[in-house]
Amino acid sequence: MSAISERIPGREAVKAKGWFRAHKWLLARRASQLAFLALFLSGPLFGLWIAKGTLASSLTLNVLPLTDPLVALQSLLAGHWPETAALAGAAIVLAVYAALRGRLYCSWVCPVNVVTDTAGWLRRRLGWKDGVSLNRRTRLILLAGILIASAVTGTIAWEVVNPITQLHRALVFGSLFAGGIAWTVLAAIFLFDLAVAPRGWCGNLCPVGAFYGLVGRFGRVAVSAPRRAACDSCMDCYQVCPEPHVISPALRGAGSEVIQSPDCTACGRCIDVCPQDVFALGLKGTAGAAPLRQGERL
Amino acid sequence: MSAQSDKQGVARRRFLATAVKATAGAGCAALLVGEVAAPSRTLAATALRPPGAKGESHFLAACVRCGLCVRACPYDTLKLADLADPASSGTPYFEARQIPCEMCEDIPCVVACPTGALDKGLTDIAQARMGTAALVGHETCLNVLGLRCDVCYRVCPLMGKAITLDMRHNERTGKHASLIPVVHTDACTGCGKCEKSCVLEEAAIKVLPTELARGRIGGHYRLGWEEKAKHGGELVDGIIDLPDRGYTPPSLGPSLGKEFKP
Ligand code: SF4
Ligand code: SF4
Ligand code: SF4
Ligand code: SF4
Repeated sequence: MSAISERIPGREAVKAKGWFRAHKWLLARRASQLAFLALFLSGPLFGLWIAKGTLASSLTLNVLPLTDPLVALQSLLAGHWPETAALAGAAIVLAVYAALRGRLYCSWVCPVNVVTDTAGWLRRRLGWKDGVSLNRRTRLILLAGILIASAVTGTIAWEVVNPITQLHRALVFGSLFAGGIAWTVLAAIFLFDLAVAPRGWCGNLCPVGAFYGLVGRFGRVAVSAPRRAACDSCMDCYQVCPEPHVISPALRGAGSEVIQSPDCTACGRCIDVCPQDVFALGLKGTAGAAPLRQGERL
Repeated sequence: MSAQSDKQGVARRRFLATAVKATAGAGCAALLVGEVAAPSRTLAATALRPPGAKGESHFLAACVRCGLCVRACPYDTLKLADLADPASSGTPYFEARQIPCEMCEDIPCVVACPTGALDKGLTDIAQARMGTAALVGHETCLNVLGLRCDVCYRVCPLMGKAITLDMRHNERTGKHASLIPVVHTDACTGCGKCEKSCVLEEAAIKVLPTELARGRIGGHYRLGWEEKAKHGGELVDGIIDLPDRGYTPPSLGPSLGKEFKP
């Protein structure tokens, strides 16, 4: 048993594929998260304005409005009919995530992901296995709760709390570096994920992730396990996956090798850490969905 | 009872229990989040909203806390509230004593707002009501003390309308006048220039959220003269009009209430 519990996920993959290929998707995601931040920061830092505003609502290159659809929905429930710019922005965002995959937001855009990923990484390094396990459905209940709260209090209720926009605002408007205390919320999430519930925030609580999961159910981007026959049950993918329950049906099931669950964030960590190169990321329903790479060892 | 219907009963009970649990959970979340969100309807005394902001409770339903108004402001007047700041976290506000609103003619902050939290109906900045100024330092204002500071009056973009200087007898010297800055709420935009420029260590004139500054008379008051006007004559017939005493105290002398035009 100790052989498994002391195994650090990813080590084998580095040995088998080299450090770079064992971190390819992770690097790509960090680059994407940074790029989204850079779009907002180039203005205040260098006077080069690309995106203005925050993740709640923004204006890119002075023409493209983008609005978080969950925020717009709360505003509607609170009794305000937003102006066209905000509504159009929400429709665009909704359409993109519905077409691709809702939870791409979680692992490719959301800045909190870096915090929870770090907590998860530290947890694995420390070998902490135990922790409170919350019900995954808690986030749906929380989502319902914030919508009710918005309707009842007549405010965009979640935005008072939302750690995502809290962090994004504090970074983009600089209060994080000027004595602001938004970092306390992030610290709370970090400690919660580290010491209380593994992957607790993104995996069980965050209503924003729950919302994007719902809207992106039928998105085309998906991870699949085209080489599942090569799996030697090292369990590394389960260790690193923020939503481990999504893997089994594709990896072990008899049916489709495509991960169907809308909970999968398409982070690609499973692809990275798999020494056998079982997984791939692509578009559902196209040839690219399950590419068997040429010339690989089996 | 067949085993079949027993099984159905158990399934139904389980389903009901799950539904009740989920509802209770959502209610619990709603209460918690609502508790945090709801008190933020009130605004601290020092926090002023941008021009065109809807009333505070509508504003919190409309503003998505994007900061586009903040980016549009050429004077860095507006800022987004951090957690510990006097306005609801993430909402735009300004503090008069730090950077007041310069009352831009084209009102770029309102133009930038994507949601309508800042009302596009506001096209004349003089109609903005970001707050209302009030002279609070009735013992410290230099003009009240009988000196001629006049700074708040002179920096007011609506000089002579939003602030006037009203002449009052200087009781201390007995022979001079004090020119009291008086704010007129029908014209004051709440831009904050007066508070910003007050020369005292702590401003004697302050711009407060309008509800705080103006007071509210309360629905149960009936003002005799208004009732009379509405009625079109005396409300009670046959009131005896007693003769006046024919004495005017010195403090109600002829200079009272006269407006001073420098
Ligand atoms: S299945 Fe793979 S891509 Fe999906 S969330 Fe888990 S690790 Fe990420
Ligand atoms: S009117 Fe001008 S100075 Fe005043 S808040 Fe708006 S942009 Fe800033
Ligand atoms: S631009 Fe409008 S929605 Fe955005 S922060 Fe300002 S008032 Fe709020
Ligand atoms: S806040 Fe002061 S300066 Fe601005 S309009 Fe009112 S009285 Fe004038």
